[in-house]
Amino acid sequence: MSKVTKGLEIPRLLQAALVIGGIYLAFWAVFDLLLGQPIPRSLMGMYMFFVVAGVFMVFTATEQSTRELVGPIRALVEDPSRRALRNVVFAVVPGLAAVGVFLQMQPSDEAPLELRSIHPAPPSSVKIFGKRYDLMSLENPYRHLEKDDPEQFRELVGTGGEVYIRNCQYCHGDKLDGKGPYAQGLNPVPLNFQDIGTIAQLQESFLFWRIATGGPGLPKEATPWISSMPVWEKFLSEDEIWQVILYLYDYTGHRPRSWGHE
Amino acid sequence: MRGLLTRCVALHPGFARWRWALSGLVALALAALVLGAAGEVQAGASDSAVEATQPVAGSLAPAVIAPPELTAADYPSITGVNSRVTVWLVAQLHLWFAAFVLAVPIFVFIIEAIGMRTRDKRYDDMAYEFIKISITAYSLTAILGGLLLFSLIVLYPHLFSYLSRVFGESMFYYALLFFAESAALYLYYYGWQWLQGGFRKWLHLTLGLVLNAVGTTLMFLANGWVTFMMSPAGLDPAGLFAGDTWAAMHNYLWNPINLHRFIANIAYGGSIVGAYAAFRFLSATRPEERAHYDWMGYNANFIAILALLPLPFAGYYLAAEIYAYSQQMGITLMGGIFAWLFIIQAVLIGTLFLSANYYLWCGMGRSDGAVRYNRYIKYLAIAIIGSFLVWFTPHTLVLTNEELKALGGPYHKYLGPLGIMPAKNTAVNVMILFTALSFLFYRRSNRIATVAWVKAGNAAQLALYTAGIANLLFLGIYHGYFTNTVYKVAASIPQVMTTLIIIVVSITLDSVMYRGAREVAPLNWGRVPNRAQYALFLLAVAFTWLMGLMGYIRSGIRQHWHVTDVFRDASPDAYTPTLGYAANVVSMGTVLFMAMVIFVFWLSQVSSRKTPNAGFWKAH
Repeated sequence: MSKVTKGLEIPRLLQAALVIGGIYLAFWAVFDLLLGQPIPRSLMGMYMFFVVAGVFMVFTATEQSTRELVGPIRALVEDPSRRALRNVVFAVVPGLAAVGVFLQMQPSDEAPLELRSIHPAPPSSVKIFGKRYDLMSLENPYRHLEKDDPEQFRELVGTGGEVYIRNCQYCHGDKLDGKGPYAQGLNPVPLNFQDIGTIAQLQESFLFWRIATGGPGLPKEATPWISSMPVWEKFLSEDEIWQVILYLYDYTGHRPRSWGHE
Repeated sequence: MRGLLTRCVALHPGFARWRWALSGLVALALAALVLGAAGEVQAGASDSAVEATQPVAGSLAPAVIAPPELTAADYPSITGVNSRVTVWLVAQLHLWFAAFVLAVPIFVFIIEAIGMRTRDKRYDDMAYEFIKISITAYSLTAILGGLLLFSLIVLYPHLFSYLSRVFGESMFYYALLFFAESAALYLYYYGWQWLQGGFRKWLHLTLGLVLNAVGTTLMFLANGWVTFMMSPAGLDPAGLFAGDTWAAMHNYLWNPINLHRFIANIAYGGSIVGAYAAFRFLSATRPEERAHYDWMGYNANFIAILALLPLPFAGYYLAAEIYAYSQQMGITLMGGIFAWLFIIQAVLIGTLFLSANYYLWCGMGRSDGAVRYNRYIKYLAIAIIGSFLVWFTPHTLVLTNEELKALGGPYHKYLGPLGIMPAKNTAVNVMILFTALSFLFYRRSNRIATVAWVKAGNAAQLALYTAGIANLLFLGIYHGYFTNTVYKVAASIPQVMTTLIIIVVSITLDSVMYRGAREVAPLNWGRVPNRAQYALFLLAVAFTWLMGLMGYIRSGIRQHWHVTDVFRDASPDAYTPTLGYAANVVSMGTVLFMAMVIFVFWLSQVSSRKTPNAGFWKAH
């Protein structure tokens, strides 16, 4: 029985290749087919690099396994009887590499990739509505009402909701998911506030600064910035901005980043 | 005091000879105290001078120091020399060597103590060899420190003048302490063979302790200057320094950096001596030499891993404190322009874990009993690589337009949440736990437990790890995604505690289980593949690169400020370079440092080489 099993054993090199191929296919099947959210090529490249490294680490952890893994490669290079196969491999492998490089370097109509920083760093202070605000200590003046006067707080959230529907939902969507009617016409697309990685990670002072000064108010240190966000201080009052911030957190169920205990 | 001395002499007849040496040490300590007290008096004098707004005669600090307002013309330039890159590289090289020479005495002291306790001379020899490597590196540290000082004086005179006026007294003590450090190090090294046995050995160990105390104080002083530039303290609202040097030193980020650097230095030192052992292993020609350097490499890797395990927690503490100090700095650090360098950082940290684990797995080949544990390696790898992928998944993705449309936004619906800290904290804790498990398997590989409750013990270990990982996941997911920031950040503490408790309990349980265990066969030191040595090299290179990268980020988050929000950088280089440019400078520094380290390794071999010279010298 053991002899039969041994006869059917897959060579280690092939095993390694199958494991790597299997993991790649699994990523593709789960994210592309099942979830409909493909893994971007840049990230997939990083994932697969370390998957390959990990597979070779496991396959070379013992001497015997290493010998079995590199045995066919060593035989291909050193065994005189495999000369013909060696020549084919030595021609095909660099050829494939050349094709890969050619395909990657080929000019395309696609816009080049951009390393965009989604979270710009706020200045320590900013001038809005003719006043200077210290963003390090600025707090939403209505946040305390959440505990002190819940009824008034709900009213303010409602007012903030109205402001949002009148002004913001066209881009950020009525569900605050970044899928407003105009969203598809914009690049980059508007932020999805439902995402745990957006407003949930920020202090309210940050939102106040971003809403009030919009795209033109973005800092210079990581230019070029791309943003279609209007300068809302020209259209909304200070109170309306704070109220819309209350609404954003209330609707999404996120809590603003804060250092206070609840 | 006299009675104590008499009793000591009675206990150790040789003590009388050491009375004077001890007196010298006590005198040194007293001198330090007096100097410290003088500093207090001086600081007090400066305080009173603030009111008078007049400098106090004899005080290094004037009454009130205002940050200068400079223009580009105030920065001298040397043709063909880029001021920023020069200071950047020299400071980084100095720091790499300093980290190494401060770390080595810490674990040399511990290894020497282990040798004294176990009376196993191999530990003493290894400790001596470690300190021997650091001696040449010590000279290079001092040379680079001098070069840094002159570079600052020549290229950034106003900045240096400002800092030296704020920290004048501590800079003076720093120079004095450097003498003490040199004296302690040279006595410790050159006296190694002399101070052997009995009381002499205790005296030698005490010298090691003094060396470490002085070295750590030196680092804390320099950290105070560096962190003052990031989070200045002791200033009034107008940015004027009133003369309280201690307040400036004890600024917001001082202790987080102190802790982080102290732990990181040990891990780094371990990795560099590991690379030395690998270098000697690969160049060894005799089996006993290979066995010795294999053993040395194993111990160095052990030290590096031991310090590496708590390092992510110290790093997280530092980053959280930076965020708490300034939202602007925090976002610049991890969400803004430096975020992409953090992805490289994550990749390098993962590489450290992979190299350390791979070295352990390959090292199991030293034991004939390892075959029982080889089948578990793949599961360890799956957990570590899986956590590693989560660890470096970015929140903001690099997307083509096509991908942007396919995802419906710049964030990935399922992978995006892995890009924020709760997922990273959970992943790194799991990575640490499985690294500890690798070590546990390594320890077990050559032994067979003989206690009757082996099965129950293994079940308890399994339950411990399962419950611990479940707790890590609960804390990471629930507190990380469903509570506000304060609880999210706070959840990292029970996560750390979970990991530490599992490691401590598991190793304790294993030690009890394997007490009196049977050895499968004597360990075959030297029976380890060459590729394991390359893993040690990778560990050292990844550490060096990582430190360079993070050093740049730490300094870079000040952006166009010499001293944040107080003293503006008006030099022509007052802009944040592109990520590629910064990465190239850091890489260049890494190559330079590794070349210098290889020179140090080679130099340590040269002293033992002899060339036959018959016929050259005159016969007498």
